[in-house]
Amino acid sequence: MADNFPELLDTRGLRFAIDDGFSWVVANYGDTLERLLAPLLKLLGAMEAFLQWLPWYVTIAGIALLTYSASRNLRMTGSAIVMLFFIGAVGLWNDAMATVALMLAATVVAVVVGIPLGIVMARSDRLRSIALPLLNIMQTLPIFVYLIPFVMLFGPGKIPAILATVFFAIPPVIRLTDLGIRQVDGEVVEAIVAFGATPSQKLVKVQIPLALPTIMAGINQTTMMALSMVVIASMIGAGGLGYQVLQGIQRLEASRGLVAGIAIVFLAVIFDRIAQSYGRRAQKHLEHGE
Amino acid sequence: MTVSDVKIQVDEVYKIFGSRPDDAMAALHAGAGKAEVLKKTGCIVGLRGIDFSIRRGETFVIMGLSGSGKSTLIRHFNRLIEPTAGRILVDGRNIMDMNARELLAFRRSGISMVFQRFGLLPHQTVLENTICGPILQGVDRREALTRGMEQLELVGLKGFEHRFPRQLSGGMQQRVGLARALATQADVLLMDEAFSALDPLIKSDMQEQLKQIQARLKKTIIFITHDLDEALHLGDRIAILKDGELRQVGTGEEILFRPADDYVERFVRKVDLSRALHANDAFAKVPVLAQAEATGGRAAALLRQHPAVIVTHGTEMRVVTSGEPDSAKRAACIDAAATLRQSFLLLADEDAVVVMDGGAPAGVLTRELAFKALCRSSGAAYLDHRQRPQVLDDVVKRSSNAADDRLGQGLCRA
Repeated sequence: MADNFPELLDTRGLRFAIDDGFSWVVANYGDTLERLLAPLLKLLGAMEAFLQWLPWYVTIAGIALLTYSASRNLRMTGSAIVMLFFIGAVGLWNDAMATVALMLAATVVAVVVGIPLGIVMARSDRLRSIALPLLNIMQTLPIFVYLIPFVMLFGPGKIPAILATVFFAIPPVIRLTDLGIRQVDGEVVEAIVAFGATPSQKLVKVQIPLALPTIMAGINQTTMMALSMVVIASMIGAGGLGYQVLQGIQRLEASRGLVAGIAIVFLAVIFDRIAQSYGRRAQKHLEHGE
Repeated sequence: MTVSDVKIQVDEVYKIFGSRPDDAMAALHAGAGKAEVLKKTGCIVGLRGIDFSIRRGETFVIMGLSGSGKSTLIRHFNRLIEPTAGRILVDGRNIMDMNARELLAFRRSGISMVFQRFGLLPHQTVLENTICGPILQGVDRREALTRGMEQLELVGLKGFEHRFPRQLSGGMQQRVGLARALATQADVLLMDEAFSALDPLIKSDMQEQLKQIQARLKKTIIFITHDLDEALHLGDRIAILKDGELRQVGTGEEILFRPADDYVERFVRKVDLSRALHANDAFAKVPVLAQAEATGGRAAALLRQHPAVIVTHGTEMRVVTSGEPDSAKRAACIDAAATLRQSFLLLADEDAVVVMDGGAPAGVLTRELAFKALCRSSGAAYLDHRQRPQVLDDVVKRSSNAADDRLGQGLCRA
């Protein structure tokens, strides 16, 4: 069927050029890129293996302790234990640990890359004016669109899954680091500069500590977005809980999809509470008294 | 003022805000005004041809209303803002020539600053905040803590060292700001509207405390304020800034009694002169006799040339105003540095008070002398502008009889 809109430009040439260019990159640099990213794969593999090797009660105790130390709330801790126990009881423990490993690895990469980017962005208005629209595009571009180049580059597997997750989850941490640093009281920054702080001392002693609550909020959002990627990432071979959902779709097993979906929600609730409680504590620290 | 007395010299400093500073400078040199420069080049003239020097150990107040450029100017002394043109010499060295490393060293140990809204680090304790300067200087932590405690004690915050800034009142927070600035042991102290955010009572406490500290430490203080009373109270000299231009630099008295132009005159018009003048400016020197010398004849002889004679009686002072030695009246004493305002209460009860200078009686202050001093001063302020004070005009207009006329003329002459 012919398009209703008149064909003004012949886009085929351009599209072929992009596709050919991409194929050329894959053919010539695919191996190099894969080798470069091998440490990332190792990190993910090690985390997954470690979490699956750890006896379940140790993992539950560890996460409970983390929840308690962040929130100082026994009810919250109790519900975290119950939720983890449910995940284990329905036979999804190993899948859940694979998902947690992917989420943590992606979050760690996003934070390690995103916070410095946010800091640089806070320093330069020009860079910010370029970066903000890019981040907007990244956040609105349908996630399947950047699955394609990653799968082409690396083939289905864990590497494209983690990279796609990082790309999807990194904008909040960049954005909120930039925002947090820009919101720091100008007079406090001016004071430390007047007393002879170098730019890096200014950053470490004032800007980052005072921006920390906002940065924590960014990390929290990044964690949640990474978790929300697991189902999609499972389509390109990430495994884990998302794979169970995918199988539920393929085999038309509603129960499988539902149980795995609930397990994902439980993980989200637990990690959201931990991250939020840490953020709140960082904030409280700044608001002593009054 | 000899060269060695000069601590800081500001030499033709200009600051242009905007993207075309060179064009703006050229326009300024061609004689354009601020508005014209803005129209032609889109640049804002922040400071224009600022030129003055500050003596070692003096408290120099820069005063102006908001938008006058005073906060811009003070940030030039530690290069938080870079000038478009001009030099600032500290101890003869142009700070504009310093490279990044020298500038850091200068900020760390040569100059320190107190901020209007305190600028304390909210996540650190009072003590941690106080030692921020020494730590940046690279002083050993234990030594820095000792120094910090000393400064906190000096500003009266002992016992609060482990609190956080938010737990303290505004006045206490600013004491932390002051302690932090003093802990660097820098010679020059910049105070940017340091007391403007405080309640009036706390503000005057802080002013007194600053004066006491300054009497001991003899720093060179550059103090920014929009409050003329504060400027007169603290400043050895005052600079008045308007629209980025210096209108007058002088002592409080010079500013009050010899304003350089209409703007300064309008600025100082509302000042209560009784607070600005001191007993020193008004009293009459009179002979002082010990009790044994004070025979009737001697006193009478002296009274022919002097309005009064003081007779000391141990620590008690008596004032004799007529030939009768018994007419000696016990009189209260007031220090020569006290303001006239402080003498009013005493003068309400007594005809004369004894003015003490350095602990010894020097003369007397009477109601008449106090009034004369107040009139003379406001008269001088107005005469410079060939303007008759309105209140005097009213007096003359309303008076129909000769006696009132004489009073009016007398006031004018005085």
